[in-house]
Amino acid sequence: MWKSIRWRTTLIAVLTALSIAVVLPSLTDNLPETWRKKTPKIHLGLDLQGGVFLRLAVEIDKAIENATLRYADEARAICREKGIPVLGSQKDGADGFALKLPPGDFAGRAIALLKEEMGSLDFSLGEVRPDGASVTGRMKPAEVQSIRANAVTQGVDTIRNRIDPEGVREAQVIPEGEDRIVIQLPGFKEQQRAIALVSQVALLEFKLVDDGASVDEAMKGNLPEDDQLLYQITTDRQTGKISKSPMVVKKRALLTGDKIKAAKVQFESRQGGAAVSVSFDAQGTKDFDRITAENVKRRLAIILDGTIKSAPVINERISGGEAQITGNFTAEEASDLATVLRSGSLRAPVKVIQNVTVGPSLGQDSIQKGIRAGVIGALLVVLFMVFYYRFAGLVADFALVFNILFLLAGMALLEATLTLPGIAGVILAIGMAVDSNVLIFERIREELRTKKPVRASIDAGYDKAFWTVVDSHVTTLITAMILFQFGTGPIKGFAVTLSMGVAINLFTALVCTKVVFDYLNAKRPMQALSI
Amino acid sequence: MRELIKNTNIDFMGIKKYAFIFSGALVLLGLIGTVQIYRGHANLGIDLAGGTSIQMRFQKPIEMDKVRALLTGMGHGEANLQGVPGENILIIKVGAKGKEEKMVSEQVIALLKEKLPDNPVTVESIAEIGPAIGKKLRSDAILALAVSAIAIIVYLAWRFEFKFGVAAAVATFHDVAALTGIFFLLGKEMDLLFITALLTIGGYSLTDTVVVFDRIRENIRLRKKPTFSETINLSVNEVLSRTVVTSLTVFLTCVALLFLGGIVLREFALALTIGVVVGTYSSIFVASPIVAIWRGEKMVEVKR
Repeated sequence: MWKSIRWRTTLIAVLTALSIAVVLPSLTDNLPETWRKKTPKIHLGLDLQGGVFLRLAVEIDKAIENATLRYADEARAICREKGIPVLGSQKDGADGFALKLPPGDFAGRAIALLKEEMGSLDFSLGEVRPDGASVTGRMKPAEVQSIRANAVTQGVDTIRNRIDPEGVREAQVIPEGEDRIVIQLPGFKEQQRAIALVSQVALLEFKLVDDGASVDEAMKGNLPEDDQLLYQITTDRQTGKISKSPMVVKKRALLTGDKIKAAKVQFESRQGGAAVSVSFDAQGTKDFDRITAENVKRRLAIILDGTIKSAPVINERISGGEAQITGNFTAEEASDLATVLRSGSLRAPVKVIQNVTVGPSLGQDSIQKGIRAGVIGALLVVLFMVFYYRFAGLVADFALVFNILFLLAGMALLEATLTLPGIAGVILAIGMAVDSNVLIFERIREELRTKKPVRASIDAGYDKAFWTVVDSHVTTLITAMILFQFGTGPIKGFAVTLSMGVAINLFTALVCTKVVFDYLNAKRPMQALSI
Repeated sequence: MRELIKNTNIDFMGIKKYAFIFSGALVLLGLIGTVQIYRGHANLGIDLAGGTSIQMRFQKPIEMDKVRALLTGMGHGEANLQGVPGENILIIKVGAKGKEEKMVSEQVIALLKEKLPDNPVTVESIAEIGPAIGKKLRSDAILALAVSAIAIIVYLAWRFEFKFGVAAAVATFHDVAALTGIFFLLGKEMDLLFITALLTIGGYSLTDTVVVFDRIRENIRLRKKPTFSETINLSVNEVLSRTVVTSLTVFLTCVALLFLGGIVLREFALALTIGVVVGTYSSIFVASPIVAIWRGEKMVEVKR
């Protein structure tokens, strides 16, 4: 008997010591460095400390379409280089394009050339008419699949790079399912800025302005084949007036943002606004040098996400590999633009489908009220147990204390996030925790009524209640686990605390209280039990 | 020994007819509520229906009429306004319109700040949820309910027998339906937290049911009574003390949460509090009678 009691007491003592060691760092910062750093911690959920939660839908179809357009441009460039004239190109289905070629043997030559140069596409001969032939390029299924798979990963990486400079502690950017990204920024207060930072595509393009084309004609829909109509949108800082001015630019981008090496904010004293200066990588510098040399005196439009930011005249060849984006930015807008340009553009556009922002004041308020409710609820239970079961109730309360301690330790070990429903889960677990002891005590009372000796009654009570306790706990555990599987965010937090609470409860109810009774009986068989 | 319940001998099975009528009415109410949810006539939280919810704290008492007029002016006349008396807190809820996934919180906040300049406001929380994600969360929740029902039947069929499993699942369904119906009747908001409460109560009610079943099985084996109904009566009476004590402790914590847990947890706590009562009722008056009717009065032992 003594051996078993000693063994169980040691187990409880060790678990208690470990739990205290694990829980303390979550409660106070006033601890030795190594201890604090090495132990996992309970995190506070967004609903408790405030912050921004965003769920984005990645528009993968758009990424495929963009890739198609890029491939079409590349195919045209390859053909042109080898002296094959391309009359035009257009989309063909979701994952393909058609090039229009003049009559003759051009189509055959183009197919042979493109097949060799662009391995990720299939080329075939399309319509053949007297005035020309078309060649269809279609992405291979493997290529489409890889774009699909990469769109989310690339989005996650890019967004992470944009968030990192903000220095948000415990910021999370994680993929969800096939086309979702979930972003959590605890403690971040500016909702609109967060949305702008993560959802801006940030596709920077340099295109020539077609001064020969008439803007009026373009507005009517008469555009040269290679041109497109874009707008420059300017906001007057004083009056807030927004003006749109149309401009006809070449469709083909001479240079894009993926050749950017660095981007930084520059203050222009002249206009009072801030600008962003970008510097290109080696290839970009070479390209920019060539472009500016070839097009002196022409206007070069700097386009961000389809909107013209500015269209300065190229006065002279620029060899330094630097360009400036002006656009009447505030200092913060400019700094955010520099950040997104540095981190690169999103391959696929994203759409915010869920946005939850909690102010820090509500978070504080929630924690205080939740914890106060918990403490008072637990106190009521503790007092009731002592009132109703006297000494045995006290033993159950002692188990309840261990229950709460172990639960907190478990949460810290799992680095669980404590949410408001999570606090509710803890409170509910406390209410249910005494249930096992109630079951056992009621059984012991029944045995005592049959005039059995105290010690035999206790043992019989524990024995007979055992399977009832197990069955009732397992069913609760099943629902908690299913909640965890299908629940999202805060509900997951609730499921974690509830299922851990149930499991720990089994241990404290069956081991912790029993050892107290066994110890008392081992010293001297109890003659009476206050229950 | 302090005892709340002493040697009771209540004929629970004798009033099962009335209990069935009462339970039937509750389930019917729940079904009506569910249909109304699908027709969009229930007070669904924006996390399930999609839309925008803004909670703000003003410095002075809020003139609701004025806020209402301002919102109507910007085309959100159907917005749901909820004030918290004494705390100057206002919660504005705007439903998602059709497929439009446009976020409206910024406009609303800007408007209120501009038009109510002498009553400064701080935004405490914003939630904007597109209709698509709301639909996803809703179907996930229904899936969770269905899967847990099946898992429970399987577990109890293994531990007891199939009929007990089904009866327990029916009782759990009864609780979920009743709670949904009561919330629908009270016009309370049903959101993700409410679904959490439903599942929790499902789990709690099951615990209760299993405790009663366990005693029934034991008493069948000991052959204390000649008929099944009498065995049930005896068993329920035997565990009644435990049922009352446990319900009381859980009830105490739920009530503490209800009155002290703050506004965010209030409706969640209300659902739990009602659920504890309904869950306790159903394990006595729904689960056991179903087994009695299905199994007949013969004292066939439950395999273990």
